[in-house]
Amino acid sequence: MTATIAPAPTSDQSVESRVQWRRMLRVGAVVGLVMMFVSANGMAATFNGRLIIYPILSLGYLVLYAIPFVGGTQFTKREELEGVETAPPSVTDAVNAALAGLLGGLILGLFAWFVDAVPGVRTIFPSMSPEMVDVLTFGLGVGPALVLLPLISAAMGALAGGLSLLSKTTNKALRAGALTVVSFALFQVVVDDFFDFLPAVPDFLYTRSALTIVAAIILFALGAAGSIYLPGRMPSIGDRLGSSDAEVRRRTSLWMAAIIAVAIIILPQFLGGILNELLINVGFFALMALGLNVVIGYAGLLDLGYVAFFAVGAYTTGVLTSPISPTINPMLTWWQAFPIVLVLAALAGLLVGTPVLRMRGDYLAIVTLGFGEIVRILLLSDWLAPYFGGAQGVRNIPGIPVFGTEINVTTPHLMIYAVVFFVALAAFISWRLEHSRIGRSWAAMREDEDVAEAVGVDTVKAKLTAFITGAVIASFAGALFAAKVGSVFTNSFKILVSIVILVIVIVGGMGNIVGVLVGALVLIGILGGPNQPGLLQEFGQYKLLIYGALLVYMMLQRPEGLVPSKRRQQELHQEEFLQDAWLDKHGRFVEDHDHSPQRPGPSAAEPGRGRES
Amino acid sequence: MTTTENKPAEGETVVRERRALRLSWVDGFLWAIRIGAIIIIAVGLIGSISKFAAGEGLTAEGWRDLIVSSLAQGAMYGLLALGYSMVYGVLGFINFTHGEVFMSGTMVGFIAANWLFENGIWDANPFLSMILVLIVAMVTSTVVAVLIERIAYRPLRGAPRLIPLITSIGMSFFMQYTFAGLFGINFNTYPPPPDVIAGTVNILGLEIRTTQLTVIVIAILSMIGLWYFVTRTKTGRAMRAVAEDKEIAGLMGINVDRTIVTVFAVGGAMAGVAALMWSLLFRSVNYIVGFIPGVKAFTAAVLGGIGNIGGAMGGGVLLGLFEGVGPILILGGLGIPGVTQLKDAVAFTALVLVLVFRPSGLFGERLGSEDRV
Repeated sequence: MTATIAPAPTSDQSVESRVQWRRMLRVGAVVGLVMMFVSANGMAATFNGRLIIYPILSLGYLVLYAIPFVGGTQFTKREELEGVETAPPSVTDAVNAALAGLLGGLILGLFAWFVDAVPGVRTIFPSMSPEMVDVLTFGLGVGPALVLLPLISAAMGALAGGLSLLSKTTNKALRAGALTVVSFALFQVVVDDFFDFLPAVPDFLYTRSALTIVAAIILFALGAAGSIYLPGRMPSIGDRLGSSDAEVRRRTSLWMAAIIAVAIIILPQFLGGILNELLINVGFFALMALGLNVVIGYAGLLDLGYVAFFAVGAYTTGVLTSPISPTINPMLTWWQAFPIVLVLAALAGLLVGTPVLRMRGDYLAIVTLGFGEIVRILLLSDWLAPYFGGAQGVRNIPGIPVFGTEINVTTPHLMIYAVVFFVALAAFISWRLEHSRIGRSWAAMREDEDVAEAVGVDTVKAKLTAFITGAVIASFAGALFAAKVGSVFTNSFKILVSIVILVIVIVGGMGNIVGVLVGALVLIGILGGPNQPGLLQEFGQYKLLIYGALLVYMMLQRPEGLVPSKRRQQELHQEEFLQDAWLDKHGRFVEDHDHSPQRPGPSAAEPGRGRES
Repeated sequence: MTTTENKPAEGETVVRERRALRLSWVDGFLWAIRIGAIIIIAVGLIGSISKFAAGEGLTAEGWRDLIVSSLAQGAMYGLLALGYSMVYGVLGFINFTHGEVFMSGTMVGFIAANWLFENGIWDANPFLSMILVLIVAMVTSTVVAVLIERIAYRPLRGAPRLIPLITSIGMSFFMQYTFAGLFGINFNTYPPPPDVIAGTVNILGLEIRTTQLTVIVIAILSMIGLWYFVTRTKTGRAMRAVAEDKEIAGLMGINVDRTIVTVFAVGGAMAGVAALMWSLLFRSVNYIVGFIPGVKAFTAAVLGGIGNIGGAMGGGVLLGLFEGVGPILILGGLGIPGVTQLKDAVAFTALVLVLVFRPSGLFGERLGSEDRV
């Protein structure tokens, strides 16, 4: 038993004290390759166009040199194992980190030299251009850069190592300061909009859409000071929500709800067009993510063609309401069309759900993906063009008539209320469903379908309900989308949309409504959807790369998402549970870091998932 | 269910009856799909045949060309399907990234082909050029496949099923946009095929385009090679053992991790061969060429029976035929306009129909002990 878990502490000691060459070389090579990658695909050069602090720092350099920094932190990380003393971060770590940075910078320098020396690469790799070399070498030419690049990235590595030598408070303050500066620089639009009544503030902070040096220093100081003074003074909301006193909990959540409600009612009137537009997009994706969350988060069914239901909602609304819809042209109002949209979406859910009922879990993914594409191809085809307009789509879709006015593309400050209303409705529906009888059967089914069936869960009903609920929620988004944009084309219903929604659900936290909403706000707000820009428009062409990388990263490191659902987390870490429970049983003291075993007994008895432990 | 609490004996039968009823409802729906599909296919066939008899639509030569080109494309799907099938057989998840493994082969193969063309070797020595491009594509795809396994899948051994599946979707998009970033989003076009294989060749009185014939021959050769590798070599036997049962294979002294890497490498190599075929058949490549062929190749793997290597090839050829000939033969017979636009939809419908009609594939599944249901 000891042999399997407790590592030999003696050999560690000797290794800790000197430069870890192998590890250093590995980290350095990875740092170099990632820096090369970021330059070769044009990210560094593109992001260089966006300045963070006016003349001295651009987003491109920030991203580029964050890489050796992150690489450097690898050396100060300590794996926490119970019963084993780990050495505190030392100067050796910083030296290791600096050396790794040096190696990484050298690789990048050589890459710049290569691109400079072989101009022919540009014909195949369009991003490996003289401009990229200019950005990498600071315009100084390749010779000096070969010295400069390794030195800078070594400095970044050393910084990462050195920071860990400082006290925790200092560290936190420095991080908070840096974060404040970067967020203020990146979210200039928000700050501008917020200080609409006092334009002096943004005028002071920004010049040429970047922070001035003075502003950066002040913001850094404010952020750092805030991180030191605020936490002690402000009783954290999280503590109160997690408090054991039910009365405190209830009051806090009521206050929170009240504040959020007031903010939602007042805010859109003050926000400018861009932010309202952005929030509406966030709302559409939040709606779809809530729907997909029911399917994948609650019922555990991976639906990759989810966008099809969005398309059904949008196209049905369009065809039923548009005055120039080709063949079917009842010219209903949005409200008259809405019930029909819901019924058709539910039918679509049933149609997709029934043939896949008996399929193995992962076949479902590919079949739904196929369904999604079939819907898109059919909508685009000449065959059905008399009904859906083919490539022209359906246009002139009227808005939503409410109290005499019409909410449409020209009124984003009203549209947002409609979107928020439906997001709240969808959140409420999913919350009620999760804690209902059907919600419990979903949970049972996703954990083990056979066992669920054996204990009397009607899996046919559970699966179909999940599909139908998901489809109906997506059709909310579709109907709103049609009214908001005024025209629908198949371009908005590509498979990428399904994938982005999946990323939102996974990053936010499968099975957690708050997580999904946070995921939509963060991802769509910052990066944007496949066709919709986010706050960082520079990311435009790279956002799908980032979405893919995020999906892989989350699955490898944190499959339960940023805001995990407790139950989901337990399922996803079952193997660790088995291990912990096993250690428990064998009388070893288990000090858990991330996941406390809430139900060690039963979960330990659950075989089948963790195969080897 | 509430009735069961009061009267257990009677309630039990009620539940059972209800379950039976519901099952029959689902079955009825599935049967409706089956019968509907058969009727549509039959009507379409009759329509096409009567059209053909009336001398409308495609001529006999047209049909023959269509069939041959579909066969060539199907052979490509078949080679791609092998990768899906083997990985599913061993690890039990759909490796969405396999389409991107194939795409990487076509893209890097393009660099080689372009270099050869610019230096005049392409036309001067076509045979050598083809072999060089093939080697470059195979090596690229193999390396990419092995790297992906190492980075993304190995840490997830033993995780719940959904996790490697979602990882592979993320990896697939990451790869696509990596290549989009590196190569740009425009199509790159392979140099025109050398004169040797540019024309047509006459086999048993049939005029066949040489590129298509080449593709079919390469596919047959690769299949023979792979068959030899899997059935006759020690590594192949290890692969089959690991596919059967990982734990027991490990106990028998097989290095499971290394065998899994081999599976990915062999799948990658076959994807590289498929990449060369793509370049012969279609010539233009960009970052997106892997995704749809990937999904179709998976369809082919399911059609042939997942885990079944011969089945994957057969499934590929059948899918190629169905996708190439189906739209014109069946949908054209129904009088639907613009049928070639619906090609992809037909392929995906084929997937749904296969899973409805015969989820274990035409040639039977070969799955590990844990996956057999």
